[in-house]
Amino acid sequence: MTLDAHVVVQRGSLGVDVEFWVGDGEVLAVLGPNGAGKSTVLRVLAGLLPPDAGRVAVGQDVWDSADRHVPPHQRSLGMVFQDHLLFPHLSITENVAFGLRSRGMRRAPARAAAAPWLDRVGLTGLGDRRPGELSGGQAQRAALARALVGDPRVLLLDEPLSALDARTRLAVRAELHRHLRDYAGSAVLVTHDPIDAMALADRVVVVEDGRVVQAGTPAEVARRPRTDYVARLVGLVLLPGTGTGAQVALDGGGVVAVAEAAAGPVFVAVRPESVALYLQRPAGSPRNVWPLRLVAATPHGSVVRCDLAGEVPLTADVTATSFAELGLAPGAEVWASVKASEIAVYTR
Amino acid sequence: MPLPLLLPALLAVAFLVLPLLGLVVRAPWSTIGPQLAQPEVGQALRLSLLSATLATGVSLVLGVPLAWVLARSRIRGRSVLRALVTVPLVLPPVVGGVALFLVIGRTGILGRPLYEHLGVTVPFTTTAVVIAETFVAMPFLVISVEGALRAADARFEDAAATLGADRWTTFRRVTLPLVAPGIAAGAVLCWARALGEFGATITFAGNFPGTTQTMPLAVYLALQRDPEAAIVLSLVLLAVSLATLLLLRDRWLGRGPGQGVPA
Repeated sequence: MTLDAHVVVQRGSLGVDVEFWVGDGEVLAVLGPNGAGKSTVLRVLAGLLPPDAGRVAVGQDVWDSADRHVPPHQRSLGMVFQDHLLFPHLSITENVAFGLRSRGMRRAPARAAAAPWLDRVGLTGLGDRRPGELSGGQAQRAALARALVGDPRVLLLDEPLSALDARTRLAVRAELHRHLRDYAGSAVLVTHDPIDAMALADRVVVVEDGRVVQAGTPAEVARRPRTDYVARLVGLVLLPGTGTGAQVALDGGGVVAVAEAAAGPVFVAVRPESVALYLQRPAGSPRNVWPLRLVAATPHGSVVRCDLAGEVPLTADVTATSFAELGLAPGAEVWASVKASEIAVYTR
Repeated sequence: MPLPLLLPALLAVAFLVLPLLGLVVRAPWSTIGPQLAQPEVGQALRLSLLSATLATGVSLVLGVPLAWVLARSRIRGRSVLRALVTVPLVLPPVVGGVALFLVIGRTGILGRPLYEHLGVTVPFTTTAVVIAETFVAMPFLVISVEGALRAADARFEDAAATLGADRWTTFRRVTLPLVAPGIAAGAVLCWARALGEFGATITFAGNFPGTTQTMPLAVYLALQRDPEAAIVLSLVLLAVSLATLLLLRDRWLGRGPGQGVPA
């Protein structure tokens, strides 16, 4: 019962055209900046928004096509929303039992079926509380139980962790990981947080401006970003260019020496911590050395992130100590060098 | 405080409060017991409470679905529809009474077939009182409930849909409980308006003690015959109004609808 989706929607000025599939027991993360159309895709999958074109099918069942739109309540799915959306007038047990009740189960058996789910998400004994009496993390766990209780074929998660504070997010993310591992259906996780995607998903599609710009396993996406957005998310500087032998001529000017031979249109990815800064041109004969100008410097944990402008725009992470020793201020001229072996190069 | 604001404000307070004070001051407190015990008073009060309650019931049964259509459906011409159903809100009630008479009167568009085929006459009956009051009061309920529906978070309805609830189930189990405070406030407002209804009632239902003579009609009549009785009847209506205000106090002076819903 693989989820197969091609979603085409026009939302104001944003045209969304996204295609993907999710296998049984698989978790697909849809990663993208705000306003990229991720949530629109999820609303289409849920049936809350009829698509303008395309097709949504689960196994043999077609949910959306040119001549068919199955309304949300007839789709076998569970959805977890960013701010849980537990019904405020119902107890937690009644919230979790809601899906069973609306699908025709009687009150007592539905409540009985909801109880083990409360145990599974760690809310034992809180079933009689109202949503307003739970913490954010507890409420999101209850929302997960509510979505999973009917054993849906598709589970949709819309930024499920982004409304939580940092510490709660860590705990709920770990639990969510456990539940997603046990879940037999197809799960789609929409998020703008790369850590959520990396930690929870088997595969990632990156959506920007309504289009899929990259797809792959979390490791592939992290190692070989294909857009500036993804590169920034995973902390890399991405430079497009054209390879000839062990050299890449960058589209923006400048030449980068690389360790592996590259040919044709390629991306060059540089980790900021592999960039070294000097006040004088470094001695010896490093091949990748450029005179650059410091544009901005911001503290980033134990390092200072230096944005550099010039022939090859780079970002360098230097320790606070060496930053102080260099005595740099914005506007300062520096020499930046990177070992060829530290540079990743892959075809565009 | 600047005098040009303070002075008119004080005048406004005096203007609004003094007449009511006058009513209380001039009340024949010594004979109020026997006055209230008169059978006509009890009759009019009973009829008023009954017809206002029935009118509120009809308004709830018809008006809440109408409010839902105005707030949630995507039908075309919705704003025109909203304008149409709120006309009675601004229409002089006596015009409403005339209009009702032309439609449901014995020779009216609907009234004639009703009379000829079923032998039913509506005008000058208690039913006519309820119809007149519903006509005037239902828009208050519709507007109030529609506002509550618009203020309620529609994403709860999305959540219910993803949990297998069709729109009717969603309405019953999610929407209705969420806007219950708004419906209650609308019902109180509607009931108070129906209770005070005069123009449409006297035009369409007439003024027959026991069947169509509600409290406001009784007050008006008594004022010409027995002013003291009019004062006593007015006091009763004032008391009912104050009680209504008390019921609505939390809504108007404190929390609005939906604010009690935790995020």
